[in-house]
Amino acid sequence: MSTDTSPDPGITAEVADADRRRNRRVRRLLFGCTSITVLTTIAIFAVLFDNAFQFFTDERFHQWLIGMAADLTLYFPEQRVGLLEFFTDTEWRPSHADDPRFGIIPLAAGTLLVTIGAAFVSIPIGTATALYLSEYATPGTRKYLKPTLEVLAGIPTIVYGFFALTFITPVIVGPLGALFGISVGRFSALSGSIVVGIMTIPMVASISEDAMSSVPDELRNGAYALGASKYRVSLSVVLPASISGVMASYILAVSRAIGETMAVLLAAGYSANLTGNPFDEIMTMTAYMVDATRSTMTVGSVEFQSLFAVGLALFCMTLTANLVNDYVKRRYREVYR
Amino acid sequence: MSTDVDSEGEFETSSGGFDTDSLTGVGLEWTHRTESLFHAVLFGASVLGVVVLAVLIVDVILDALTGLAIGLDPVTFLTQHYSNDSSQAGFLGAIVGSVLLLFFTFLFSFFLGVGTAVYLEEYAPNTRVTRLIEANLTNLAGVPSVVYGLLALGVFVNGLRMGPILLAGSIALALLVVPIVIVASQEALRSVPDGMRNGSLATGATRWQTVRGVVLPSAMPGIVTGTILALARAIGETAPLLMVGTVWGLRHTPGPFDRFGAMTTQIYQWAFLPETELNFLAAMGIAVLLAILLGMYGVAFLVRNKYERSY
Amino acid sequence: MAQTDSLITTDVSVTDRERTSRPDETVVRADGLEVHYGEERALTDVDIDIPERKVTAIIGPSGCGKSTFLRCVNRMNDQIDTCRIDGDLSFHGKNVYDDDVDPVALRRKIGMVFQKPNPFPKSIRDNVAYGLRVQGKTDDVDARVRQALEGAALWEEVEGQLDSSGLDLSGGQQQRLCIARAIAPDPEVLLMDEPTSALDPVAAAKIEDLIADLAREYTVIIVTHNMQQAARISDKTAVFLTGGELVEFDDTATIFEDPDDQRVEDYITGRFG
Repeated sequence: MSTDTSPDPGITAEVADADRRRNRRVRRLLFGCTSITVLTTIAIFAVLFDNAFQFFTDERFHQWLIGMAADLTLYFPEQRVGLLEFFTDTEWRPSHADDPRFGIIPLAAGTLLVTIGAAFVSIPIGTATALYLSEYATPGTRKYLKPTLEVLAGIPTIVYGFFALTFITPVIVGPLGALFGISVGRFSALSGSIVVGIMTIPMVASISEDAMSSVPDELRNGAYALGASKYRVSLSVVLPASISGVMASYILAVSRAIGETMAVLLAAGYSANLTGNPFDEIMTMTAYMVDATRSTMTVGSVEFQSLFAVGLALFCMTLTANLVNDYVKRRYREVYR
Repeated sequence: MSTDVDSEGEFETSSGGFDTDSLTGVGLEWTHRTESLFHAVLFGASVLGVVVLAVLIVDVILDALTGLAIGLDPVTFLTQHYSNDSSQAGFLGAIVGSVLLLFFTFLFSFFLGVGTAVYLEEYAPNTRVTRLIEANLTNLAGVPSVVYGLLALGVFVNGLRMGPILLAGSIALALLVVPIVIVASQEALRSVPDGMRNGSLATGATRWQTVRGVVLPSAMPGIVTGTILALARAIGETAPLLMVGTVWGLRHTPGPFDRFGAMTTQIYQWAFLPETELNFLAAMGIAVLLAILLGMYGVAFLVRNKYERSY
Repeated sequence: MAQTDSLITTDVSVTDRERTSRPDETVVRADGLEVHYGEERALTDVDIDIPERKVTAIIGPSGCGKSTFLRCVNRMNDQIDTCRIDGDLSFHGKNVYDDDVDPVALRRKIGMVFQKPNPFPKSIRDNVAYGLRVQGKTDDVDARVRQALEGAALWEEVEGQLDSSGLDLSGGQQQRLCIARAIAPDPEVLLMDEPTSALDPVAAAKIEDLIADLAREYTVIIVTHNMQQAARISDKTAVFLTGGELVEFDDTATIFEDPDDQRVEDYITGRFG
């Protein structure tokens, strides 16, 4: 039935034109939604950078650019806080009347202290929980254990902060300090570590367990057939085979610990001591930001803009952790494909 | 055939001299002990979570009950605004603030999140750009909540001169939970079998007709569950609201364009100050917050069990 | 195509439709059709003329490209990113891969029934009415739904439960529901991709009976791995063999009794595949 005239059996685009156009409109709208997520990332970075710029100089970054464009001149804005001071000064006292100092080291050290301490809590307990859930637990035990972990993960951080203040510090850390002859105040780095560690256990446990459960049974059976006992299979087969996923869970937990705010503030406190003593009160980067909101600050003042400088540093730290996690996860996917 | 006989003979010899002890585990005592110990340690670590949860809840309840015992009135607490006199202090403004925040957070995050998920799952071509968008999402989910507060502070409160109003707070919360809504919705959409999409497309439906008519209705229970869980996260957030700027001691019922506070920020204030009486108020506030959360989880659980179908 | 007017003047069947083409005329024609999935070739230089209002069966061993061919006809292959199509595949002389052809419009002319019954999680009525609503044929929906269910030999079984979920039906009923869904908007061609392979023999027999009836109204192209089924229900049979090659296409009787190609004879008699 080949014809020379162009046949039209009614299958060309015009037939369903209205529907097609609506589909295209919806598609554009949905793409708009999607681009907002990208915009959010860009906005976060832009806002932090633009405002942090005014911490170091007397202008916002965009004001500087506009100023240069308007006058067609190249100039450097006046410096307020030196980058060198920010990164090397060992004191953080932004609201000091005579001699304000802006060294991020005490804050970063506080964050580091809490994060490392938290890792000592969450990594062993989380990994053990994951191994138990994946290798040992009966379906009945799992049925109760997993929801409990989910509930633990769903409790607001402010509640954990209250828990640290009214239980962890007075009941656990206080007596422990007394053992070493140290009198512990309302806040201590150790309390922060413990509470953040507890908060991140569910994260380590559930992500690690996912990785462990995806280890094929053939590997386990191979080891059992050689006469290995269960703990050997767990430690020498399952754990190594799922190591990238397990590592990813650690990185996520660390990233979460770095960004944790309320619980840390109520557990570890808000004085920027540069110390390695876990029974001392410290201040993390996040705690500074929240604590600073209690005082009145003028927009544009060094103190106000310092929020964004610290925020930018925090954002960069968690971003790095997330990127490393992305990389580890991608490698982990390749292993099982 | 002769080889057969040979091997059979050999088998009998070895069976005769077989040391049956080697099958009973004699000499493996150490391994067994380690095994039991290992099992016990893992079990103990797992149970620790349960113990912590129990202690936490008991701690909160005891403090709240102590509050009642020293004469804090639960009715006053639920029906009055903040007061410096702790026996007159109430939580009403904070509860209303949280509920309003929740409502606007839902409004801002639901359509944005579901729309993005539908685009990524149903429309997006598998290109480098799409993969970049997905990677960006995981990254956004990992940004500390306090940074979202800074974002809202910089863009909405100061940049657009909205001031520290409730709407700005809910924008911060919405941006914070959008990635969670997206990921949950994506999972729900993925669980709709392709057979249904094909069945719809084969009747001459456009992509959008397919999504609206078949895919979204099937995925809706999962999307709703995920959204409720995301909102539960939002209602428990404190830091972003503090960054936006909340009222320290909320003495009014906030509207969307008013200065505001929330349950969490009020709890923070009471917990932060060293007077023990205020801690009891904080505990009572936490009890209310946890009760509301429990309700939200309950609804999510019901939706999941009642409407979610496996295909 | 005048097919929107006076479809349901009687509740007997859809016989008063006007077709522009005559019986025995080619509806679907492939000319040098080749399909690749990425680097892999799924169909090799296929030429075939599929006649109107007949049952054309496509048989062959697994992986021979039968389903691929079927999914080319209504462009369901568009869903697969790596799929590349060369050559001509025409519907009433119009190449369906021309730029101005819209797969959505095409699929409104060519219905499809899948291997696994895929009713939507909606009521029976809404399942059948789905295509009607999608295509904007919203007048007399109830009558059309009934007609389609009758056409799919399901009406009597579900008459009283039109509002219950389509997923509550048995597998065979679900598949007939899917057939009703496909014929409700009144397409010209009905593609069936192994429609009975997921069903028990009794349910399968019902569908087979139905297919013969459907051929009075529609051009049916059915892929099956079951040779007896092809022999029972089809007028024409196409045999694909491994490599996506169409080896022989002829009247079903000829294929099964006196095939030209030795490979087809081997396949039919079970010495191949």
